[in-house]
Amino acid sequence: MRPFEYARASDVTEAGKLAGRFIAGGTNLLDLMKLEVETPDKLVDITRLPLRDIETTDDGGLRIGALVTNSDLAADPRIRKDYELLSRALLAGASGQLRNKATTGGNLLQRTRCGYFYETSQPCNKREPGSGCAAIGGFNRIHAILGASKNCIATHPSDMAVAMRALGAVVETQKADGSTREIAVDDFYRLPGDTPQIESELQEGELITAVRLPKPIAGVHRYRKVRDRASYAFALVSVAAIVRTDGGKIAEARLAFGGLAHMPWRDEAVEKALIGEAPSMALFDKAADILLAEARGQGENDFKIPLARRTLKAVLADATKGA
Amino acid sequence: MNKHVMDEAIGETRLDRNTQGVIGKGVDRYEGKLKVSGKAPYAYEHLIGEKVAYGYVVTAPIGRAKVKSIDAMAAQSLAGVLTVVSGDEVLHSSAQPLSPAVPAMKGEILHYNQPVALVVAESFEIARQAAKLVKVEYEAKEGHYEIESRRGTGRATEEGPMPADTKRGDFEKAFAAAEVQFDQTYRTPSYQAAAMEPHASVAKWDGDQLTIWSSCQLLDLNVQQIANGIGVDPSKVRLLSPYIGGGFGSKLGIGPDAVLAALGAKAVGRPVKLALTRQNVFQATSRRGETIQRVRIGTTKDGKITCFGHESETANAEGEGFFEPSGISTVFLYPGEDRLVTHRVITTDVLTASACRAPGEATGMLATESALDELAERFGMDPVAFRKMNEPEKDPQEDLPFSSRRLLDCIDEGARRFNWADRPSKPAARREGEWLIGYGMSSASRANSLMASSAEIEMSPEGRAIVKTSMTDIGTGTYTILQQIAAEMLGLPLDHVDVLLGDTSLPESSGSGGSWGANSAGSSVYVAAEALIEEFAKRLGVEAETLTLKDGHAISGNRQIPFAEILNGDTIKVQGKIEPGDTSSNTNQASYGAHFAEVAVNATTGETRVRRLLTVGTAGRILNMKTATSQCYGGQIWGIGYALEEELVVDPRSGLIVNHDLAEYHVPVHADVPKLDVVLLEDRDPHASPLAGKGIGELAIAGVGAAINNAIYNATGARIRSYPITMDKLLSHLPDEVGEAA
Repeated sequence: MRPFEYARASDVTEAGKLAGRFIAGGTNLLDLMKLEVETPDKLVDITRLPLRDIETTDDGGLRIGALVTNSDLAADPRIRKDYELLSRALLAGASGQLRNKATTGGNLLQRTRCGYFYETSQPCNKREPGSGCAAIGGFNRIHAILGASKNCIATHPSDMAVAMRALGAVVETQKADGSTREIAVDDFYRLPGDTPQIESELQEGELITAVRLPKPIAGVHRYRKVRDRASYAFALVSVAAIVRTDGGKIAEARLAFGGLAHMPWRDEAVEKALIGEAPSMALFDKAADILLAEARGQGENDFKIPLARRTLKAVLADATKGA
Repeated sequence: MNKHVMDEAIGETRLDRNTQGVIGKGVDRYEGKLKVSGKAPYAYEHLIGEKVAYGYVVTAPIGRAKVKSIDAMAAQSLAGVLTVVSGDEVLHSSAQPLSPAVPAMKGEILHYNQPVALVVAESFEIARQAAKLVKVEYEAKEGHYEIESRRGTGRATEEGPMPADTKRGDFEKAFAAAEVQFDQTYRTPSYQAAAMEPHASVAKWDGDQLTIWSSCQLLDLNVQQIANGIGVDPSKVRLLSPYIGGGFGSKLGIGPDAVLAALGAKAVGRPVKLALTRQNVFQATSRRGETIQRVRIGTTKDGKITCFGHESETANAEGEGFFEPSGISTVFLYPGEDRLVTHRVITTDVLTASACRAPGEATGMLATESALDELAERFGMDPVAFRKMNEPEKDPQEDLPFSSRRLLDCIDEGARRFNWADRPSKPAARREGEWLIGYGMSSASRANSLMASSAEIEMSPEGRAIVKTSMTDIGTGTYTILQQIAAEMLGLPLDHVDVLLGDTSLPESSGSGGSWGANSAGSSVYVAAEALIEEFAKRLGVEAETLTLKDGHAISGNRQIPFAEILNGDTIKVQGKIEPGDTSSNTNQASYGAHFAEVAVNATTGETRVRRLLTVGTAGRILNMKTATSQCYGGQIWGIGYALEEELVVDPRSGLIVNHDLAEYHVPVHADVPKLDVVLLEDRDPHASPLAGKGIGELAIAGVGAAINNAIYNATGARIRSYPITMDKLLSHLPDEVGEAA
């Protein structure tokens, strides 16, 4: 770990002005700093900022402060009742101890678990742009089948973010200059392309202050995470689904996927194909065809393609049961 | 020194009479309160409050190379850095368990991220930062990092834990002539021992005397390795390992930390603390070699085994003679007049392969116990019935009698308790919602060994005893069982017996490894206690055999004399030593058991969950039912890992061990472990030791993974011969239709 300067922000405006990497729970950043995967010159501690509340918004949704911990968010009665999907996704992630430390803002910004990203002696375009990608042709069991590039095949590890994307959440931020903006989670993440080191639309010094949820979305909420052991493992495939049926037909479908790509994946064409149709395995297969039309395996992760199909179909079958 | 050589079976002993009533009882751990209250210091926690320096290992990010130069200027000039130690004597990995030799690097890089230097600094953080500033120039060499492309090129070595070849009759001829031939190949990956406590050492010099606290299993051998590594006489080194957070074989030989800490401490003139990081442990200690095992079994048309072949290929580094002894149980567990058990070592430029959690059984029985299940299936027989039909009456290799073998009792008892009769008789026949349900079983066996070991009992004038031996307790319960043995033998309440372990200044011991610790060290305490009783008898003018000892009193005839009265103000010290003898060569000794597993395989995803796991075992006398059962739980849990999760992945392009931390190297977590059941049957093995006990630690690992694999077959109809059985291997065998409704 390299020495770094430490500053503690006392209010949100000051946080931006202090110009450094923000740290809250530190459950990912500190590990990466120990390995020198991350080498920030300065850390700005934001844990004292008043961003720990979950409040109701005017349109009937919720505003979740960026510092609300994963444990608190998952246990919040409003989340459990009206955003079951989010609570389930949170509880599927990490471990109890990590969820106690990890925050809502930080969770969105987790970095990939690619083994070559973590090993500083190996080429990695995400860690060291232009150095190459050792995961291509290497051990890539956990890597992307959608949206990858020749420069990077990493996946985003968050479960929470997958649920947030299905929910259509909006990220509220404050830029370094003190101005604020909001970015839909749909637009928040980037595919690797030629710049895999840039993972989100956040600018330097821009602080996530809250994540806003829309008013509750009716329907069956499901979060299904498929992984190599029953707990404390990242998703190989995960499916976040909100499905509402009406009169034997699918009236609304919101689907997001984890473990498949550099970002929580959402494909509106998949949702459109389902809406207005009567649920059937043939229909679900068609949805999977659309989702996976461009899917490419890297060898060791080829199984994710049939696994994603099967998981999606099972989730849709479950969510439309009795429709 | 009072010595007992195990040349003949032991008769009735004071342990059988159980007068004090503490032997066998599931009493709490002797050191339990210290451990849970943080008062049992592990290696790194010594010298609190002393002015010490901290070490951090510099590693070589290249698979195979020669070191051209090391430039430590930048690191040295960082404020707080005291020195950078480098040179030929740096160990590139852990030492092997069987020899005092150490793996000095001698200018070579033999595997990716091997140690190449040590930074010593005022703080751990400074040392860590400086380690990245050490510039090492390498001359790259061609490396080779996998065994598949080199099959058939393996070496037969004489330095393994068993002979490379064990043969009887003419296997090839018998197999060719067999009415039924079974021939399958199984693969097991490389593993990391993954003990909770990383390899760590604290070294302190006092003139030319070195005291070192290190996390080690075999102190009397390890102290020689440390002395050899730093080039001093072993008499100048005292090694202490009072508490150890797991070893699992990876601490049978010293890690690179001990020698580096000693060299660093010498260089800076003050004690040095060095704990390997988790990444170091994965890449710079030792691992279990991957295996490719061909199992060939010939039978009659009725399923009676006539010949058995088990040929293993495994990996190790150049010059290394250790091999994963996958055939170790095959030699005596299965029948067959003509036999062939071989091991070949394919050279790879990957971290040294060495002992890891039941070397041999753990990997070999993943293959053979699956093979037996496949064979039973071929004959349409229940796997239990198939095993019963193929139970040898004597050691099939040497024709020796078994010292005690209650394998079939374990199988029967297990089948009854598990309700095995409820097993789906056809594969893929039972379904609960989205889950496919299956049952599987396997045998378990673990060869027993008794090692030379010695102990001292010191009795104070008040009649309190202290047991002293260099023996280690690696988390298994050694403190507790030695206390129990001394208390039972001497007729003392447990709280009148203290135990001192883990210090080479104490009588030389077997150390902990190969499940021999309790039997070997425990027998030395037995021998010392017998000698002490002799001394009591002499003082009382009676025959020792006539003395009954209970609650600190000697009872002879109608006299009941307090120990203090016999001792008459004296402190008595007696030493006892156990040595293996003729019973090791004229009987075949092993512990036996059976595992029963119920699994649920998700029909959509192929995720497997173990629902029930039962192990029934026999290992001679059980010294402490609680710690013995706990050992078996550990074995069962590792077995779940072998079946479903564990796999050390080496990148064949560079030699990098890719998943070198506990987030990506998967071992079972709580959620993977169902309620575990362990039943230990009453047993005595008078040939095994004066305690009539046998090794248990590794028994419960042997075969568990195969029982789970067999259950997966029963659930899905998919026979997977490459461990671990991850979902990608099962997906194509699952029903096409997904979800509950399918």
